[in-house]
Amino acid sequence: MLEKAKRNYIQILVHIGAWIPLALGLWDFWNVNLGPDPIREVTLRTGKTALTLLMLSLACTPINTLFKFKPVLKLRRPLGVYSFMYASIHFSIFIGVDYFFNWEQIVEALFEKRYAIVGLSTGLILLPLAITSTKGWKRRLKKNWKRLHKLAYAAGVLAVIHYIWLVKQGVVEPWFWAGGLLILLSLRVKQVKRLVDNFPKKTQALSNQ
Amino acid sequence: MKKIKSSEITPEHQYLSRREFLKGMGIATAGAAILAACNGRVPEGNGAADPADVITDELGDPLNTFEAITNYNNYYEFSTDKEKVAELAKDFITSPWEVQVGGLVNNPKTYSIDDLRRFEIEERIYRLRCVEAWSMVIPWNGFPLSKLLNEVEPTSDGKYIRFETIYDPEQMPGFNRYPGYEWPYIEGLRMDEAMHDLTLLATGIYGKDLLPQNGAPVRLVVPWKYGFKSIKSIVKIDVVDVMPISLWNAAAPDEYGFYANVNPNVDHPRWTQSNERRIGEFGRRDTLMFNGYEEEVAHLYQDMNLEVNY
Repeated sequence: MLEKAKRNYIQILVHIGAWIPLALGLWDFWNVNLGPDPIREVTLRTGKTALTLLMLSLACTPINTLFKFKPVLKLRRPLGVYSFMYASIHFSIFIGVDYFFNWEQIVEALFEKRYAIVGLSTGLILLPLAITSTKGWKRRLKKNWKRLHKLAYAAGVLAVIHYIWLVKQGVVEPWFWAGGLLILLSLRVKQVKRLVDNFPKKTQALSNQ
Repeated sequence: MKKIKSSEITPEHQYLSRREFLKGMGIATAGAAILAACNGRVPEGNGAADPADVITDELGDPLNTFEAITNYNNYYEFSTDKEKVAELAKDFITSPWEVQVGGLVNNPKTYSIDDLRRFEIEERIYRLRCVEAWSMVIPWNGFPLSKLLNEVEPTSDGKYIRFETIYDPEQMPGFNRYPGYEWPYIEGLRMDEAMHDLTLLATGIYGKDLLPQNGAPVRLVVPWKYGFKSIKSIVKIDVVDVMPISLWNAAAPDEYGFYANVNPNVDHPRWTQSNERRIGEFGRRDTLMFNGYEEEVAHLYQDMNLEVNY
């Protein structure tokens, strides 16, 4: 109970928001509103949702760095776990619906196409992170937990590469994601962080003069 | 665009072959019946439609619905998003329209659409295999390109045909949105490919005039090649003596060659070419050499290394 009381509104927002894409997907599915190639549509949707949630999860720390807004740090875990949930649906659709358990074709698709290899790698990184996301694992792994969970950045990079490599020529959207990720990553670099940290003080100092 | 129900075009049962019914049963046992049902393509009732009633291609596969064919289009002149083309193209003006046929010919001529309609229009049920590894079965209406070429009489110097799509930035937002391509859209065929009886100039689908998203008012259909060879909304056909450089060939020569024959053994960096999804089906089916037209066209490429000439 106490645990629940601690959850603030922003956490509740994340928990509700994370289910909306799934609900919308099921709604469109029910209403036959997924277009001529529904398999491709649901694959794209779940993939994009997983990417969005992963990026949001990665954005939490930089947001705290920039705006000194601590509550966002509590969102990293649920956002990450939800991202894994959508990534799992994405992968399951690929195996069970797109390729309909045709293992010969699946093996070929997974290991011969570079975008699929990075996509699978992203999932393989997210898997241990999701498993060890509990308090118990955090306690057991001690210092290593933090180290392990830095891999989320690697997952972010791979996810964007997966996107870049899978789209056809002329589609620029993944490059916006790459740009966003670059900003997030650069905010993790110590020098940049220090610069940002000092920035408010400096401006304050200037205005005091 | 007002959505046209497939049931308004062709009686439902004609789309539903016994094969698809069996497939649906298999899916049901796999617990995925809902998805199939939502596809609207699992037969009702006993599903045992009389095979004679079912319209299929020569391999026994049912036609795709009019709705799928007209709402899933690769037409970069409008959008790279296949599901947005229909909406963006709905006001595209296709009348009046002229197709200039010239180059190395004895009788150059400008054809109006009415001129083209004077050719005997046939129905041809062809598989369309997109390089993006999806496919459809489409009942085209049109006439063999060879009939047109015979009228204009290519000279003996003519080795290739060069086709050009309309360039109209006012009606087609893609030109401004994707300036990186060498517009207008160009495609080409070797003379023997162009003269092959399977090579069609299409003016309709399902007995109706082509809609803009499908390349109205007149387009090419070369069923044994990847879909992008089947150039849309043609305004110019020239007989030439050098191999034309197509838009895709110019944009990514390592991905798109001149020939672009459907070939499960030659892969594309992004999409597997060994299998494909037939729109409306679960899973994937193996891609056939020359898209299943091997018997008809293999002789055209007898002495060629198709891995080099992709």
